Amino acid sequence: MLYHILKRILLSLPLLIGITFVSFVVIHLAPGEPVSLQTDLNPRVSAASKAQLRHLYGLDEPLPLQYLKWVGRSFRLDFGRSFSPDGRKVTEKIAERIPITILLSLLEMLVILLVAIPIGILSATRQYSLFDKATTVFVFIGFAIPTFWLALLCMNLFGIHLGWLPISGLQSLDYARLSLGGKILDRLRHLILPVLVGSFGGLAGFSRYMRSNMLEVIRQDYIRTARAKGLAERTVIYKHALRNALLPVVTILGLSVPSLIGGGVIFETIFAIPGMGQLFYNSVMSRDYPVIMGILVIGAALTLLGNLLADISYALVDPRIRLSKGQ
Amino acid sequence: MGKNRLGLIGAGIVVVLFAIALSAPILSPCNPTELDGQHILSRPDHHHWFGTDRLGRDVLSRVIWGSRISLLVGFVAVGIATLIGIFLGALAGYYGRWVDSLIMRFVDLMLCFPTFFLILAVIAFLEPSIWNIMVVIGLTGWMGVARLVRAEFLSLKEREFVLSARALGASDLRIIFRHILPNALAPVLVSATLGVAGAILTESALSFLGIGIQPPTPSWGNILTGGKDNLEIAWWLSFFPGLAILITVLGYNLLGEGIRDALDPRLRRE
Repeated sequence: MLYHILKRILLSLPLLIGITFVSFVVIHLAPGEPVSLQTDLNPRVSAASKAQLRHLYGLDEPLPLQYLKWVGRSFRLDFGRSFSPDGRKVTEKIAERIPITILLSLLEMLVILLVAIPIGILSATRQYSLFDKATTVFVFIGFAIPTFWLALLCMNLFGIHLGWLPISGLQSLDYARLSLGGKILDRLRHLILPVLVGSFGGLAGFSRYMRSNMLEVIRQDYIRTARAKGLAERTVIYKHALRNALLPVVTILGLSVPSLIGGGVIFETIFAIPGMGQLFYNSVMSRDYPVIMGILVIGAALTLLGNLLADISYALVDPRIRLSKGQ
Repeated sequence: MGKNRLGLIGAGIVVVLFAIALSAPILSPCNPTELDGQHILSRPDHHHWFGTDRLGRDVLSRVIWGSRISLLVGFVAVGIATLIGIFLGALAGYYGRWVDSLIMRFVDLMLCFPTFFLILAVIAFLEPSIWNIMVVIGLTGWMGVARLVRAEFLSLKEREFVLSARALGASDLRIIFRHILPNALAPVLVSATLGVAGAILTESALSFLGIGIQPPTPSWGNILTGGKDNLEIAWWLSFFPGLAILITVLGYNLLGEGIRDALDPRLRRE
């Protein structure tokens, strides 16, 4: 069991190195070099000064050496300083935004689980019924709808025409004056639209997955046995079938980490939420290369972590794997 | 046979879309880049069916011309992704052992990156030309095809027709391309169709964020940017391009699923 986990972690290390390598290649796609980016606006910079800058940044060293140094710095989470006017450390800027993005992702995962699992179960047990057909339509639309469009429509409907929900930021302008209960309510109201819209795509996919999983499980022999034993249908479905159908849930959650992180860019930008995705977008627009690279590496590392956790928890949850390793 | 019907609906949507894109010069009522200072952000009316945007351009014309961009990007990006995927998947599946491990590790590595992040980062470093966008989407979307092709090759390479080709002295290259590959293409067709849908979504997301197709070239995504900027006063800028994307992507998804259902029993029968 432990051996299985260790093996998985060990296999992830080359991937981590690979991530840094691909990121390094991506940096060097940038046209021009960093020194000219900083000095081109000043025509009085001499060639000697440019050479000095180059030497200062270590840009005159051979590429493999530059790469090794960069990897070393990345592992210490030192991505340099932002190019933007505030010039703060990249790690700082990312660290203050990660919690919000993670909160959003966790809430979205929660919504997906709470809604998709019942839908999946019900459409599997009532296969071909009206409910099943309706959810199939819903799923197809969910796969095809551009989520940023859905966001705009919801903002228009709920925010502007109906005025029920706020459409930007995490808190209202008069947040400071609200009572504690009011503050919590205010935060929640601001989170409703982003979380619901953000989880829409995952919801469609997951309920479809739950449905096909449940259908497969229900056809198994042990379900037939349970029914033959005379157990109530409810017990058969919710106690026996469901447990087996839920096994891959953790894996799916882990595998949906990249799309939640990536999707965050669009939602955080539309809803003006100060998370990692919005930072990424702003950095891309302003060509703030150090921040872009930092978020890229961290995003990939988080994805790797998500995959790893999914893998490990599946081994933990599935008794077939858990018990077989104890030999 | 409801599934057949859905697939046909998808095919119908795809065909209609092609027709619209091809006949854009004839079909669109106005020039999509023509500015009309008198009618900025005007509501949909008999003159401008979909209204106008902030610069007075007719939205209907821009949506019609935008279909060309979407189809172009969709097909070229998927074409690139499919070619790379077939190449790497065939190599991995046919030669096995260390070649397979190496290529599959590379696939795992590429899958570590949140795709959208990677695309955004790369396009940030280059300039957002339509060619760059197509290549980048293609370069980040080949992994699924590679896995499919590899799986097909792994199962097909032990079949008798391969053994007999080898016994007749055929070279590896010939076996791969003339014998195994044609039989491995069925799932690739499904993946490619669904891939077009995905590529269209990605391109419109990029254009929406301002890092894709740049105005004045009309793309459904960048019309939506206008929708975001004028949310309170011009709902038509948000509604129509998004609807176009939805219908298009739905069409390709239905078609892809239809092809998958049509090919599946045939595959199983073999």
